[in-house]
Amino acid sequence: MEKTYQIYSINGPVITIKGKTDLSMMEMVFVGKDKLAGEVILIDNEKTTIQVYEETAGLSAGEPIYPSGSPLTITLGPGLMSNIFDGIERPLSVIKEQSGAFIKKGSLIPSLDAQKKWDVTLLVKEGDALEGGAVYASCPETSAIIHYCLLAPDLSGEVVEVKPDGQYTVNDTVLKLKDSFGTVHDITLCQKWPIRTPRPVKERMSSDKPLLTGQRILDTLFPVAKGGAAAIPGGFGTGKTMTQHQLAKWCDADIIIYVGCGERGNEMTQVLQEFSELIDPKTGKPMTERTILIANTSNMPVAAREASIYTGVTLAEYYRDMGYHTAMMADSSSRWAEALREISGRLEEMPADEGFPAYLPSRLSEFYERAGYMKTLCQKEGSITLIGAVSPQGGDFSEPVTQNTKRFTRCFWALDKSLAYARHYPAINWTTSYSEYLNSLAPWYSENLSPKFMRHRERIASLLQQEADLMEIVKLIGSDVLPDDQKLIIEIARVIRVGFLQQNAFHEIDTYVPLEKQYQMMRIILYLYKQCSLIVAQQIPISQIKALGLFDKAIQLKYIIPNDDLSGIEDFKEEIDAALTKFNIASGGKLG
Amino acid sequence: MIVEHIGLDQINGPLIVLDGVENAHNEEMVEILLDDGSKRTGRVVQIEGDKVIIQVFKGTTGLSLSNTVSRLTGHALELPLSPEILGRVFDGLGRPIDGLGDIYPEKKSDVNGQPINPVARVYPRNYINTGISSIDCLSTLIRGQKLPIFSGSGMKHNELAVQIVKQANVSDGSDFAIVFAAMGVKNDVAEYFRKSFEEANVMNKVVMYLNLSNDPIIERIITPRCALTAAEYLAYELGKDILVILTDMTSYAEAVREFSSSKGEIPGRKGFPGYLYSDFASLYERAGIVEGKPGSVTQIPILTMPNDDITHPIPDLTGYITEGQITLDRALDTMGIYPPVSVLPSLSRLMKDGIGDGYTRADHQDLANQLFASYSKVQDAKALASVIGEDELSPNDKLLLKFGEAFEERFINQGYNANRTIEETLDLGWELLTILPESELDRLDKDLLKEHYEPLKAAQNQ
Repeated sequence: MEKTYQIYSINGPVITIKGKTDLSMMEMVFVGKDKLAGEVILIDNEKTTIQVYEETAGLSAGEPIYPSGSPLTITLGPGLMSNIFDGIERPLSVIKEQSGAFIKKGSLIPSLDAQKKWDVTLLVKEGDALEGGAVYASCPETSAIIHYCLLAPDLSGEVVEVKPDGQYTVNDTVLKLKDSFGTVHDITLCQKWPIRTPRPVKERMSSDKPLLTGQRILDTLFPVAKGGAAAIPGGFGTGKTMTQHQLAKWCDADIIIYVGCGERGNEMTQVLQEFSELIDPKTGKPMTERTILIANTSNMPVAAREASIYTGVTLAEYYRDMGYHTAMMADSSSRWAEALREISGRLEEMPADEGFPAYLPSRLSEFYERAGYMKTLCQKEGSITLIGAVSPQGGDFSEPVTQNTKRFTRCFWALDKSLAYARHYPAINWTTSYSEYLNSLAPWYSENLSPKFMRHRERIASLLQQEADLMEIVKLIGSDVLPDDQKLIIEIARVIRVGFLQQNAFHEIDTYVPLEKQYQMMRIILYLYKQCSLIVAQQIPISQIKALGLFDKAIQLKYIIPNDDLSGIEDFKEEIDAALTKFNIASGGKLG
Repeated sequence: MIVEHIGLDQINGPLIVLDGVENAHNEEMVEILLDDGSKRTGRVVQIEGDKVIIQVFKGTTGLSLSNTVSRLTGHALELPLSPEILGRVFDGLGRPIDGLGDIYPEKKSDVNGQPINPVARVYPRNYINTGISSIDCLSTLIRGQKLPIFSGSGMKHNELAVQIVKQANVSDGSDFAIVFAAMGVKNDVAEYFRKSFEEANVMNKVVMYLNLSNDPIIERIITPRCALTAAEYLAYELGKDILVILTDMTSYAEAVREFSSSKGEIPGRKGFPGYLYSDFASLYERAGIVEGKPGSVTQIPILTMPNDDITHPIPDLTGYITEGQITLDRALDTMGIYPPVSVLPSLSRLMKDGIGDGYTRADHQDLANQLFASYSKVQDAKALASVIGEDELSPNDKLLLKFGEAFEERFINQGYNANRTIEETLDLGWELLTILPESELDRLDKDLLKEHYEPLKAAQNQ
């Protein structure tokens, strides 16, 4: 009989055991008669402290605590994909079948369906020597994703027995492996991994490919690299969740892990519903076929909220190790930080900035460092891109979570309240946002798109900056007093803001825009600017140019030109030329 | 077997400590009998070995270390429920105070409820017509949504809540009921609601849980939980569409803070405990629609922003949990505009899926976007006008000011009794847009303009 301990004190989700124990740090334990999941977070001579992942109401002192002997682990294997889990990888749909619409506590349910048989192909033969992380079998997990079974990274040895290809469940032994000590291991289709430990890789590579999202302001102005990390801070109602949803739907990663961490229940339902209806443009299959959802809504237990981020990134690492490009959206990392604070408060730790524990920056950096473009143990290339939403208190970016996240991510997509109030979506502020990946991505853009891409991008960015400066003046004395060339900048910047940066997520064409069209739109806007500035230089009043309606047409281009047929750009160029001939401008200038 | 404990070991604010208690359950209810025969209830909030910390709902005044006998009941606070609760008035702990006697419970439910499994939720899509233009058109209320009213002391949030109840009720034929929870509101306010419900002839469909401003603060923490437990019962077991009004969340949060500091917890921002977000979420997230069950729970929490500050922790944390907010504006209120809905910071997150063709009208979303965009430009023009004077503005800016004025006077302002249909509201929106030239309308495409804008404009020019 395994040794058990007794509950001594209970304070919210934190319980303690009195006296010395043999429990180890971060060990997973089962608390009370209902066997609630918990984790050891503090040990000293007098007591051991445990955070419980479920509601502690009804527990009483003296109830048993069962050790598990290992840290908080999750099960990795086929059957993860298109599933929805809570923060500690319990399948929510199975919980629903067992206990109805409301979540009851103490549901110990295996993460993966143990009954389902997978169509397994064994990829090794007897006598093969396998290293940790090697691929030994594969099976189609969904119609879009092939699941590669990987040997646990800490195992290696010689294959002594292989089962034939066929139908197996996740717990069936398909392979026997003899390690260097002569011990024979039964290898099944699944493995366990502790969520707080990053899975090992061969080497970290430089990330020089962009994660394409089909969102103009992101792809063109502030791109994130595959294997990069980005932060989306914004007060409530600025569209963090909406932006995350758009990214999850349209970004060109193979696999999406969407973590709803302490957010709204209805939002998770929306993701579930929308993703099952949407068709992935790359595979032609429903989005859910490549998505794993982790839902720990704000009313679910706080400690599991803290774990959900790690669960998500561990799943992402598992698929990265198979050679997939994964992207994980964490919505929102502030809720995770608040869970840390809440538990830290219960432990009566000394608070640092705004009551957050002093180890907040190190936890954040540990998390964001798990992003990266890697060579995996099985010699494939895979990446994890982390995109964390941040919900600063009162929309104030100087608070600790935003500030620390800013230090550990290289892409900063700042959402702006005044843009959101004007219903300019995505409400990403173009003057405060930045991407540090521009330099490393520039070669990719010039190779795959056009050598001029980055130059155009800079001109667009500089026009926006000039407009921002001019607006300072306009705010004081009105726009009428500006000279015409500056009025033109304001006018063209409006075209850029409304016609390019603003993107309608609910519009059939505009919700996703391929890079080529983004580039062509930039070219035509800059061409329009170039031609108009020639006219303005001849002292022709800008009101005459405005009357031609070219600016308004340029704004409408995003809706008019279909994504797969860009000939409309040339047509519009001719239209510009034709309209401007009356000002005696040499027409037929070339698109930039 | 129920063990009685004679005397107490420590009293600290609303908390008492009992030593030598075995088998106390976390969160269970405790009955405390005083030697004068009166009874109080409390709840176990912390256990340390055989020492139990209990929170006493009616406060600890009159308690001494020797004059009490405490009894642990072995179960959490449960609310008696039956269909008869409709039309009744209860105190903050769910005990009848209308003199009509106890109810005969069909079942008893734990007031803490259980989280809804996200998989079992149904995404809310059914819009509620409130008859108020600024809400219906610009931040539409959806059945199953939680949409708070951010207000300030002295503004007309109560009137607005009553108007929503009255008008939403009339327009809909479904089985509708209201659960009203007052937390720390004044007697007059509770009375105003009761009277208004009577006038609207809905009193037999209202359940009231009242913890008024002179009632014990600790009970205030339980009051919204009672109300929501009743709401869930009425919605998911009796199949009714329930509108829950929680007022005032600011008093509730202050009660949580008071309780937290008496427990000696480390305070977070403005002294509120670090878990205020989770605590709010455990209330707000109880709104929704559940798969396979009829009925819905829609919440309208009302909170008064301290010093009208939307970044104060109470509105801030609320806004992060709720699906939007309706913000009231003091300047509009002073100008006599009712409802004084501040359009730009108001938002309904569920709106986009509950409007448009098949729900309201095909042009709804685009029109709303254009109104938002134009009205936000009005603010810029106003700011400019305050620097250089209205006369110096460009003709376009002048038109914007004219539009802004008409928008506030005619669209937002509609009075206590005007119940506008969605058609009327949208048509009014188009009519106001005709003040602006077509070049200002960059959120609308050609077809929409042709259908709605141009005929009106042409008619005006004649």
